[in-house]
Amino acid sequence: MPTATYGGTEVSLNDEGFFADPAQWTEAMAPEIASKEGIDHLTDRHWQVIKFMRDEFEANGSGPTVRVLGKTSGVTIKELYELFPKGPAKTAAKIAGIPKPRGCI
Amino acid sequence: MTKRIVVLGGGTGGTLTANRLRRLLDRDAAQIVVVDTDDEHVYQPGLLFVPFGLARPDELVRSRQRQLRPGIEFHCEAVEHVDLENDAVLLADGTSLSYDVLVVATGARLMPEETQGLPGAGWQEKVFTFYTLDGAVALQRALSRFDGGRLVVGVMDMPIKCPVAPLEFSFLADWYFRKRGIRDKVELIYVTPLDGAFTKATCNRELSGMLEDKGISLVTEFNTGEVDGQNGRLISYDGREVAFDLAALIPLHGGQAYVDRSPGLGDELGFVPTDQHTLQAKAKPNVFVIGDAADVPASKAGSVAHFEGETLASNICRYLAGEPLDPSFDGHTNCFIESGFGKALLIDFNYDTEPLTGHFPGRVGLPLLRQSRLNHLGKLAFSWLYWHVLLPGRNVPGVPASMPAAGKQPPGKRRPGQAPSN
Repeated sequence: MPTATYGGTEVSLNDEGFFADPAQWTEAMAPEIASKEGIDHLTDRHWQVIKFMRDEFEANGSGPTVRVLGKTSGVTIKELYELFPKGPAKTAAKIAGIPKPRGCI
Repeated sequence: MTKRIVVLGGGTGGTLTANRLRRLLDRDAAQIVVVDTDDEHVYQPGLLFVPFGLARPDELVRSRQRQLRPGIEFHCEAVEHVDLENDAVLLADGTSLSYDVLVVATGARLMPEETQGLPGAGWQEKVFTFYTLDGAVALQRALSRFDGGRLVVGVMDMPIKCPVAPLEFSFLADWYFRKRGIRDKVELIYVTPLDGAFTKATCNRELSGMLEDKGISLVTEFNTGEVDGQNGRLISYDGREVAFDLAALIPLHGGQAYVDRSPGLGDELGFVPTDQHTLQAKAKPNVFVIGDAADVPASKAGSVAHFEGETLASNICRYLAGEPLDPSFDGHTNCFIESGFGKALLIDFNYDTEPLTGHFPGRVGLPLLRQSRLNHLGKLAFSWLYWHVLLPGRNVPGVPASMPAAGKQPPGKRRPGQAPSN
């Protein structure tokens, strides 16, 4: 299983680079993961989304999709793409240390 | 005392549930009422064939009421909302129907208006959907006039009904234009918000290969933010564009509007949070959900509603008898994937098992995850099974509700002589 080191702590990742164990994540790791995803500075708006993803995951066992984020996070889909240009749900899930949003079947 | 079971929706799930319950429960034990907004039951798997002239629209529609067994009441009326607190459904004509058990079987709703530009300029002229009967008929006319250019098949976002249908549409379009001798004048492009052709990794390889073999381009991770019908462009939220001369689009889906008007019943998309094994709604113990209306992590497909039927009907009887529910639904899904030229693939999977190769339903049977003539015949035979076995709420002989493991090749193992699929 691949690993990465954030803030001096080694964490396990899955093949797509998502946290294998979301319990290993801490807020302090977020800026370092973000910079690997091409986001150099996490603003309050980024944090609003990241915390929302984390809360949703803890409540439902899965991170929300972009469409659900747009309806419930208080950030429009348009702005979500400005914040996370490479795909809001996937990128924010990575930074929030949760699995890839289930999308659909 | 006679209990009243109200079933909202007279589609696949609602009809088969009402029919199963009517057989299981005496008339003095339970009154069964089905509510729907109209009396037109559309055979939805047939919509895919209409644009290519392979099915006639009038063949696909029958009376909802006539699919129900004697002893089931049918109300032709829209639902205003469900009052969970008082166990009652308020209908649009003001009638209040109280219930002991409610079954939500109202499926998914198409919501084109949630995408900017839909339905707008060019709608039903060069922008279509085959997910409605009208749309499929209009698209048939447009395709018959189409003599070259770019045809884009685009999925706006998941979840959608029958997630393989847009791929099947692309395969059939390739066949259709070859048959007309103009395939070299048509560019086919498949646009999806997913990171591959399909959601399941094992089929993804097979299906992506088929797109490539048929010369269909694949555009992935394209989240359509706007459809510009006037200039013929799909524009993604991240600013990419795909130009088209003709677009066959799958609009966004959600639950029915009355779910949004019923406090506590649905989630943010209007689907009903449901226990994925017992099919009981999370909102209240006397509410059950079947088919596309549920938020369970299974495909939105008729086969799922069919396989759910046995668990659902048995759990409603258990609930009425005060017994514990049976958590037996395993997410079993079974889809024929029409691939053109008289062939089809078959996939069979559940919550825990990816679609595998092998045969269905046992060691001798239809080939899985492989194109064959036999599967195409299976898909055609399915229409008869739908009206005569599925809707009456019977099991298909030899096909169990839970996913059969016999006949499937475990991942990584291949039959001797079988070439790797990628």
